[in-house]
Amino acid sequence: MDSVITGRAYVLGDNIDTDQIIPAQYLSFNPSLPEERKFFGMYALSSVPEGQRGLRKPAASDDTGGNIPFVRENEFKSDFTIIIGGKNFGSGSSREHAPLALAEAGVKCVIAEFYARIFFRNSVNGGYLIPFESEERLVGRINTGDELEVLMDQQALINKTDGNRYKLKPLGDVLPIIEAGGVFPYAKKAGMLK
Amino acid sequence: MPGMTMTEKILAKHAGKSHVAPEDNVWVNVDVLMTHDVCGPGTIGIFYEKFGKDAKVWDPDRVVIIPDHYIFTADLKCHRNVQTLRDFVKQQGLKYYYDPEFVKNEPGMPSPYLDPTKTSYKGVCHKALPEEGHIRPGEILLGTDSHTCTAGAFGQFATGVGNTDAAFTLGTGKTWLKVPPTMKFTFHGQIPPYLTAKDLILAVIGEIGVDGATYRAMYFAGDGIKSLTLEDRMTLTNMAIEAGGKNGVCDVDEKTLEYVRARSRRKEWEVFTDDKDATYFSEHEWDLQTMEPMVAKPHSPDNKDTARNCRNVRLDRAYIGSCTGGKITDMIFAANLLKGLKVKIPTFVVPGSTEVHRDMKELNLRGVKKDSNEKSIEEVLADAGCLLGPSGCGACLGGPVDTFGRLQSTEVCISTTNRNFPGRMGSTKSAVYLASPLTVAASALTGYVTDPREYVTQPIETGMAGVR
Repeated sequence: MDSVITGRAYVLGDNIDTDQIIPAQYLSFNPSLPEERKFFGMYALSSVPEGQRGLRKPAASDDTGGNIPFVRENEFKSDFTIIIGGKNFGSGSSREHAPLALAEAGVKCVIAEFYARIFFRNSVNGGYLIPFESEERLVGRINTGDELEVLMDQQALINKTDGNRYKLKPLGDVLPIIEAGGVFPYAKKAGMLK
Repeated sequence: MPGMTMTEKILAKHAGKSHVAPEDNVWVNVDVLMTHDVCGPGTIGIFYEKFGKDAKVWDPDRVVIIPDHYIFTADLKCHRNVQTLRDFVKQQGLKYYYDPEFVKNEPGMPSPYLDPTKTSYKGVCHKALPEEGHIRPGEILLGTDSHTCTAGAFGQFATGVGNTDAAFTLGTGKTWLKVPPTMKFTFHGQIPPYLTAKDLILAVIGEIGVDGATYRAMYFAGDGIKSLTLEDRMTLTNMAIEAGGKNGVCDVDEKTLEYVRARSRRKEWEVFTDDKDATYFSEHEWDLQTMEPMVAKPHSPDNKDTARNCRNVRLDRAYIGSCTGGKITDMIFAANLLKGLKVKIPTFVVPGSTEVHRDMKELNLRGVKKDSNEKSIEEVLADAGCLLGPSGCGACLGGPVDTFGRLQSTEVCISTTNRNFPGRMGSTKSAVYLASPLTVAASALTGYVTDPREYVTQPIETGMAGVR
């Protein structure tokens, strides 16, 4: 696990459900086949409604965001590798394709106020990305496109674009699973699997 | 030691402990693992990758595979995914697999089963699991589908998991769980004829919010719950996930036992009840006599309102189906309201299972076997102008673009399903109102959101429909 994660921010609102993260029509791709798995990156966040795709602070400019595509057309990777979310990120379906799609697009971590349970669990157990929780609401404070840095050992988020620093909550119980890279390597380490 | 809730007792037993408390992390033995055509192929891939190409599942009699999501589509990847399940069932010698034998690896839309009694295909997993005898009180069920929580209506712990968790359980029979605190929802009184469990759960979600039960168990209690049919209780626990709940449970009573005795593949089970001094995270109460038919407005299941308040909302479409609102009792509710009348908007009906479809052909409006001169539920719905599709998850989750009833554009739809997220039923431009089968049927008749009290004048009997 990297001790520092850097990347550009993509800001979303509250209740980003897994249908928005990866619409059901694309679930016919089998993520276990590499030639199909990459398409989850292409369609990641493709069902977020217009006006809510990639938010920017109202004061930042005339451009308040909301129509910034997460992945450019016909591409498999996003320019944004850190997602900022609000409340209840990843609600709805249990589809593991959701954290997988974000990871395929290049996302390293999500920083939200809190998560829906299954999305959080899938992110951790599958080792796709790190689901951080912020101490305060970051939506409206960080702009889509800002350069961010997450310092793991200090549990801190630094916005290099405006110099602000934010506290992240400790990862707690799941830290050993995240450090191991998912539930399988964790269980191996703990001697539960051969 | 403080008392425990049903959920805590089930988890304690499966962890081999005498006592657990909320927030404890425990490793538990899983009784049944279910997967389907959408998450099965990914789960199988991870299973072989992690346990090796010759790996065997922990118990071939405890893995249940029910293809149900993308069955009636020309998308060849979906046909391929069904074949992946078939290959896995064969390699592993699994006992419980419900094959859509009409899905062949050939181009075009598969022709649906001709007779719902003559197919091994069962339809929606959450409906098929209890029908086929895989659900018993006191057990732990994991499924690669968030609505796996439905089975909590039978007094068990049931929750949805992802592919990695499911693959881990396939190989080990175990999973780790954090013990959830329990929220108690008590309903007083008897269910009035114009309400169904859907109204109750929409009221609950509307009050606590889509994140109001995150990481928690939801316990539905009181004489109001006792007055519901088992199928209606399944509607409550089914939507626990819509409040973020980890699981939902109802007490086991004679109705539960009658169902399980008639159907269970195993004859032993254990009934757990909450201790008198069990601790609850919170307690909430409702009086059924003062509740009204409810809707969830676009685009969130907690965007609650009464059907009455929404009477000026014009609709383009109605949809009756899914694990939430496609059970035989839901069909009986809708048919009683629609009998002898005509729908004003396209109204799509998708049976939750092939058993539901069979019952729609064989039962009358009172839920008993029809005489030769009586109309079947299916006939009543067809006479009212409803469009009938084959059983499956259908358009509840949008699915492939050629899915029956899928919303393709700016339609405003009223639906008996469980989610109205942006784009959930297909197009991100569409809008979905969630409601009970009574409210959906009443609205289909007028083309506007309609309070079913305008049509329901007497109690609708469902008899033993859906029980045996």
